[in-house]
Amino acid sequence: MAELKDGCVTPARGPIVPVTEKIQTELTFEKEVYKVNARVGQTAIDFEANAFIEGKGFQPVKLSDYKGKWIVLCFYPGDFTFV
Amino acid sequence: MGVEVLSASTDSRFVHKIWQEQELSKMIQGGVPFPMLADAGGKIGAIYGVYDELAGVDIRGRFIIDPDFVIRAMEVLTPEVGRNPKELLRQLKAFQHNRATGEVMPSGWEPGQVTLKPGPALVGKVWEVWKP
Repeated sequence: MAELKDGCVTPARGPIVPVTEKIQTELTFEKEVYKVNARVGQTAIDFEANAFIEGKGFQPVKLSDYKGKWIVLCFYPGDFTFV
Repeated sequence: MGVEVLSASTDSRFVHKIWQEQELSKMIQGGVPFPMLADAGGKIGAIYGVYDELAGVDIRGRFIIDPDFVIRAMEVLTPEVGRNPKELLRQLKAFQHNRATGEVMPSGWEPGQVTLKPGPALVGKVWEVWKP
């Protein structure tokens, strides 16, 4: 079997059918926009996230729970990816 | 070094658990010890400038936050290339040394090398002390 090419981040195309018409939609979604941006030298922006912690299971974690310590916060594209 | 690590991706906490069980625990004994955060919808990644809306994922971003909750360093890469933990450790050691002593670390500094004490006496004299 030929190996399938699957990069880390290329989004899937979604529906694979010919486009029959393009319509202008009135539908809009409400989106929360935050007017804050992380910058070096500035206070970190606090947040809460659900987390999995080995030995503890599932629990919400707040960045500010770790205030007073050195923190390394790492984002990555996805579990079970290659790099 | 007294550093707390937090990782985050747009995967759910359930996926994190299975990834830990199925793969990470086979690469690191006991699995990764730090909290694995679920950044649903990339909302957290967005405020940290690492959320790719088209791909729907957080790209590789790493932030060092000091005990005063101030961001000291960030490194952001597109997904194809991984980060270098050695460079992270170097930066952590440098920032911790600066916090403890007020001394500064010049370009290319490695732990153990000479550090600089900023002040009038050092102006124009860096070449005398810093010979990497």
